[in-house]
Amino acid sequence: MSETVIKIQNLSKRYRIGERQGYKTLREAITNVTKVPFLHIRKAMGKVPGVKRSGTDFMPSDPSSRLSSQAEYIWALKDVSFEVKRGEVIGIIGRNGAGKTTLLKILSKITEPTEGRVELRGRVGSLLEVGTGFHPELTGHENIYLYGAILGMDRYEVTRKFDKIVAFAELEKFINTPVKRYSSGMYMRLAFAVAAHLEPEILLVDEVLAVGDAAFQKKCLGKMGDVSKEGRTVLFVSHNMSAVESLCEQAIWLDNGQIVVAGSVMRTISSYLREGAQSVLEKVWDEPSNAPGGEKVRVHRVSVIPQNVVAGELITVKTPLQLEFEFWNYLGDAVLNFSVVLYSIKGECIFNTVSQAKSFSKGLVRGRFTIPGNFLNNGVYKLRFLIVKDQSVALLDLNDVLMFEVHDVSRESSWHGEWIGAVRPNFKWNLEKMREDS
Amino acid sequence: MANSIITTTIIEPRKGWIPIDLKEIWNFRELLYFLAKRDIKVRYKQTVLGGLWAIIQPVFMMVVFTLFFGRLAKVPSDGIPYPIFVYVGLLPWTYFANALSASGNSLVGSANLITKVYFPRLIVPASASLAGLLDFFISMLVLGIMMIYYQFLPGIGILLFPFLVGLTFLCAVGVGLWLSALNVQYRDIQYVIPFLIQLGLFVSPVIYPVSIVNEKYRWLLALNPMGGVIKAYRASILGHLPIDWFLLGISTAIILVIFFAGLYYFRRMERYFADVI
Repeated sequence: MSETVIKIQNLSKRYRIGERQGYKTLREAITNVTKVPFLHIRKAMGKVPGVKRSGTDFMPSDPSSRLSSQAEYIWALKDVSFEVKRGEVIGIIGRNGAGKTTLLKILSKITEPTEGRVELRGRVGSLLEVGTGFHPELTGHENIYLYGAILGMDRYEVTRKFDKIVAFAELEKFINTPVKRYSSGMYMRLAFAVAAHLEPEILLVDEVLAVGDAAFQKKCLGKMGDVSKEGRTVLFVSHNMSAVESLCEQAIWLDNGQIVVAGSVMRTISSYLREGAQSVLEKVWDEPSNAPGGEKVRVHRVSVIPQNVVAGELITVKTPLQLEFEFWNYLGDAVLNFSVVLYSIKGECIFNTVSQAKSFSKGLVRGRFTIPGNFLNNGVYKLRFLIVKDQSVALLDLNDVLMFEVHDVSRESSWHGEWIGAVRPNFKWNLEKMREDS
Repeated sequence: MANSIITTTIIEPRKGWIPIDLKEIWNFRELLYFLAKRDIKVRYKQTVLGGLWAIIQPVFMMVVFTLFFGRLAKVPSDGIPYPIFVYVGLLPWTYFANALSASGNSLVGSANLITKVYFPRLIVPASASLAGLLDFFISMLVLGIMMIYYQFLPGIGILLFPFLVGLTFLCAVGVGLWLSALNVQYRDIQYVIPFLIQLGLFVSPVIYPVSIVNEKYRWLLALNPMGGVIKAYRASILGHLPIDWFLLGISTAIILVIFFAGLYYFRRMERYFADVI
């Protein structure tokens, strides 16, 4: 069943930015009326600079924009092309302003493309914002019907699914109370419950997981997973990389309105994350006055020093990493110990290593430990450093103080897929034959 | 899953004239109904007087007008008691004015829907005009009482009444299409609407009868789309005068022109609503 359900060809959308981009006053329009006849003639003769006869730019017959100021345009989407087959779940990631929501809006027919073409096979349901159209004065019951109608479900469909919707939202007791009395969590549950029972062939979801508690998010993800198992196609826009990873097999990275990477979800996500990450292997504060800390301790330096690596070479999974730090201690005879937490770029904790406690007098103190090679998996890591007093009180907690990337290394085997696991230790395996068989 | 025909949708930049997709509007008829129902419910929720408000507005206006125009200024009323004369004019006028206000601001008021969900935008001003019909029919009840009191029996002209209601609705939607689409782009329209309504009240034969206008200039009154219609309401319900087909004809023609031109303009601007609103 590899039928194409979404086909996007050279899709582009241009917006005009700057002053007076939205509404204007009649006064301005009227004063321009006198200029219009002449402008049309001049435009047709090609005498107005920078004006091309283009497609549906917004307000094409708006002369004042060309007249008064050089209209500034941005391409929210430029030449985007891709195809989606039935049943696929595609993640769309990218920075804010990359064009992800614009893409979904065009696919939802909320706004029109400037150029290009889209072919959609099947009914489209979009969740661009959960709960749009709910009216606070109406009860949950009434709002279910209203929201269903807004999303394109007819009354009978809503009635058929009514009990399932209320059960999914867990709002049986409150369904006849006006929605303005609901907590925000109940509100979200109701809205998502209606939308989740839409049963369109193509489902477009935009960042709806950003709101709601963890339980709700888990429920949404579960439901979206079910939707895909039923053979429906899903386009999922999110900033939550682990959600994208768990739901999607393929992903598209949009930046500045263009596709940067489109392919397997792992590859796309790591490309995206790597882009935003700049390795910081060392941080130094020369003066205590501008160093993090307080009256008791002040950090001087934190560094990750790759061992056995020639300058300019990358850190690989085989590279041992020495972690070194120096700090000023202002407490006499303080019993201090140190804690380092390593996080993946996605925020998952890899490990937390804690030093022994030791008494220090005032002065500059240095500490270090080594992460052995053949321990960490490849990826980008963030470091968190803490100085703890009496093994209980944190005097200093530096989050994201350092960032580094561990690269994969060419392997002897012929398999070059992603190596799973938070760590990649190289244990010594003992293999021996126990018995000979003829 | 129910039998679903897989439809292919093509999305492309559109240019020029876009025909009205009646099938699509039919598919979304539930939404039209629900939006109108929502407006009505919301109006009366948590109110004490509820549906009475539909009656209070025209009744109060009638009392005030009877006092100042009927008694003090002695405006003639075609030989019938002034209160019922003005009330029959007030009914459609109040509906029209409220519908205009509601639909003029409807698109901007539904900005959150328009930027997030797809549906034919035509439904928004249409549902705003539809919601007012309920108030219109509620205030008809008072008219019924007044007719009994003043001993008026509707004549054959009453058959025209449904047509007139439809015409009024069409007029409200037509002007509403213009105003709502214009308001998205030019926000002054929201201030123009109350002004237009105030003006309209005096330009329409609500307070005074058409007969006080010099015969030569009567057709001017009909240029106001509600002009001929209001006179026809009186003639059809009260039967005291024959129906002025001439005036009604002009008004009908104007209403049709406004409606179709409004549809055209609305469809042309529709694609920019989500971007501009």
